[in-house]
Amino acid sequence: MISRRALMTVASATPFFSLAGEGWADTPKDTLVIGKQIDDIISLDPAEAFEFSGGEVDGNCYERLVVPNPAKPSEIIGELAESWTVSPDGLTFTFTMKTGLKFASGNPITAEDAAFSLQRMIKLNKSPAFIINQFGANKDNVGDMIKATGPNTLVFRIAEKMAPTFVLYCMSANCGSIVDKAVVLKNEVAGDLGSAWMKTNSAGSGPFTVRSWKASESVILDANPNSTIKAKPRRIFYKHIADPSAQQLQLQQGDIDMARDLLPDQLKAAQSNPAFKLSSAPQSYIMYLCLNQNVPNLAKPQVRQAIKWAIDYDGIQQNIVPTTYDVQQSFVPKGMMGAIADRPFKKDIAKAKALMAEAGLSGGFELVIDHYNAQPGADIAQAIQANLAEIGIKVTLQAGEQRQVITRYRARTHQSAILSWGIDYFDPNTNAETFCVNIDNADTARNKTLAWRNSWQDVDLSNRAIAAVKESDAKVREEMYASMQRDHHMRSPFALLLQATGWAVMRKNVEGFHLAGLGLRTAFDQAVKI
Amino acid sequence: MKRLKALAATTASVPITLFGLVLVTFLIGRVMPIDPVLAIVGDRAPADVVAAARLELGLDRPLYVQFWIYLGKLAVGDLGRSVMTSHTVWEDIKRFFPATMELATVAIIFAAGIGIPLGVLAAVKQGSRVDHVIRVVCLAGHSLPIFVLALLSLLVFYATLHWAPGPGRQDILFDDQVPSITNFLTVDALLARDWEVLRDAVAHLIQPAAVLAYFAMAFIARMTRAFMLDALAGEYVITARAKGLSAARVIWKHAFGNIAVRLITIMALTYAGLLEGAVVTETVFSWPGLGQYLTISLLNADMNAVLGATLVVGITYLAFNLLADMLYKLLDPRVS
Repeated sequence: MISRRALMTVASATPFFSLAGEGWADTPKDTLVIGKQIDDIISLDPAEAFEFSGGEVDGNCYERLVVPNPAKPSEIIGELAESWTVSPDGLTFTFTMKTGLKFASGNPITAEDAAFSLQRMIKLNKSPAFIINQFGANKDNVGDMIKATGPNTLVFRIAEKMAPTFVLYCMSANCGSIVDKAVVLKNEVAGDLGSAWMKTNSAGSGPFTVRSWKASESVILDANPNSTIKAKPRRIFYKHIADPSAQQLQLQQGDIDMARDLLPDQLKAAQSNPAFKLSSAPQSYIMYLCLNQNVPNLAKPQVRQAIKWAIDYDGIQQNIVPTTYDVQQSFVPKGMMGAIADRPFKKDIAKAKALMAEAGLSGGFELVIDHYNAQPGADIAQAIQANLAEIGIKVTLQAGEQRQVITRYRARTHQSAILSWGIDYFDPNTNAETFCVNIDNADTARNKTLAWRNSWQDVDLSNRAIAAVKESDAKVREEMYASMQRDHHMRSPFALLLQATGWAVMRKNVEGFHLAGLGLRTAFDQAVKI
Repeated sequence: MKRLKALAATTASVPITLFGLVLVTFLIGRVMPIDPVLAIVGDRAPADVVAAARLELGLDRPLYVQFWIYLGKLAVGDLGRSVMTSHTVWEDIKRFFPATMELATVAIIFAAGIGIPLGVLAAVKQGSRVDHVIRVVCLAGHSLPIFVLALLSLLVFYATLHWAPGPGRQDILFDDQVPSITNFLTVDALLARDWEVLRDAVAHLIQPAAVLAYFAMAFIARMTRAFMLDALAGEYVITARAKGLSAARVIWKHAFGNIAVRLITIMALTYAGLLEGAVVTETVFSWPGLGQYLTISLLNADMNAVLGATLVVGITYLAFNLLADMLYKLLDPRVS
């Protein structure tokens, strides 16, 4: 059976394929055409959008009060906020808004708009609402907790003292985008706070506005003349191209200017082709192997360690995902505050076998690993299956569609699984909480963190993760996360494997675009075609 | 009168079949090992948000109550809202189905236009080199994975020869240039008398339609050959030949005339098959059709969309089946 990848690899070796020929119709000079899988978008409303592509579109259409500094992401800078102060008790954040700024509609941006945006997000209570309601806000009290006290002054009062960096990073998430209150309310239907209209339109102040979104087909953004960021392209055209091979072909023919989902083989071919330029950046996705503690053998600490020592991390990275993933063994991804470069595990079969013997399982045992059937999940699962066979663990692989695997995972009916996790907001707590905290291990628990899903309770690490988010001193906080990750390596039922790297492959005439790293805005406003 | 009764009986079976289709699809959707709430609230939502979404979808109620509610809405034409597109399923179908229908219609015209003459030729020249060549061509149509053919076609006609435009339904220059009245792009361009858009739409249509047609053509050609061989061996054909009629008249009027009715059934079912089975072609050619919509919805347990799309495919399939049945009964006096 010929695989699609094999076919395209052969094709890429042929001479004609390496030439970027004349397209059937070149893309317009003032329009940047991006080939991308955008069928993950279910809404463009920042109060609802929680998918990768939707977040990227919103990042170009909306601004937030504060954002991570693109030059130094560990620092927070104001975007719509001129400045901010934190009260001595750490409970009140007061933002002073920049003046003279306008939305795309021409309406001035005021503190009232900012208050409305955050209140609206809490009231709608869609997927990303927890990022802000974790500070104690709910639909009943949000009017008191978040309010405009003057035309340019916004006050956010939180229920419990938290690290200021934590609060500010959460406000820099996509759901913290500031929307144009007048436009949103003009499009309100039956008290929906403009939710239906906002799914497919925009009401922000970013360098672009949404012209149209056709699900599984295209998203078109037009330059916003009222933005302080003057966009160089007149239009951004996201074209949904599900097949990476079709993306590659269209890029070569000049029908698109940028391809975003090329596979490792295709990236390798593009790297050696002078017709293209590439931009890459670490992404938030971490791939990991988890071990459900309800399975008696996996609950033995020696077995957890043995599995971590049996995996050939470098071999998997170099042979399966050489360009699209890096080895990552800690839960805070590279590029985020609190990340550490430690790599405590490497393949050591002798050590792993000794640990298995210590656990009284030198004869091995049988284990089922669930994984996504899409690549590279299937190849990585097979590699781990081979690695674990070397220490006597007979692995049965159980492939499934992503949501099918997650359904089993959330129901805790898995034994083990290979999955990915991306950050919700640009603060280490997003991963520390999910990988460490499990206060209530009952089936009815409110927060089904990854620790909960694997029935793993480590009271010490749970408490330290909760304490770290309240630590005001940023330096001390960073050290707390570093120390937690080192203990997590040794105690947790998670073998962290890889961190994703994003790629954009562009035609050589595209300039001024760099793919953003995690937490930052992938901006198209300075992209030009020469 | 007898015929009318038979037609009435066939027509009456349609609602029962549709009910069965909706029931089975609904049940499959509910027993699928995918939580439909995941598509709405995502993987990270806390328990109360998940519970609220479950309540909103009515998933807390017994299965028969859920089905009854769905049927009630269906009766008034409400197919619900798709989670993945945020539109009503009806709006989605109005957008995606014409794209697939446009593709399938051109494909069936290609397939029949080439497949029938090839099948007739293979039968007339049975055992000759021509027959063998046609058999190989048809065999390739049956056995080549469609994505291989689709990608090869793109490599040759798009990337190398530059004869065809790339994937997609139209060039981005023409996006939204003509008003969407029927959502058949070629028809809308004609209505708007925008010849540039029409030319672009036709150019984008030909390649995926040809790829899709190849597989249908292979089937139609093989069936035509088999029917023709049967007909050519008939006594009436021998009689016609003995009477000194020309070869063309014997083949096309006497032999082909007798198999035409059976071919109608084959073409109707092939056409219906193209409408529901173009998902790979749609994916490779970035064609925003119903196949892709159904697949994405299914993978995300977007059950309103799955049910709506399945219903449309089912109705189409039944309609063509019914049409073929009726034509068969009307055109062939031997069928009661």
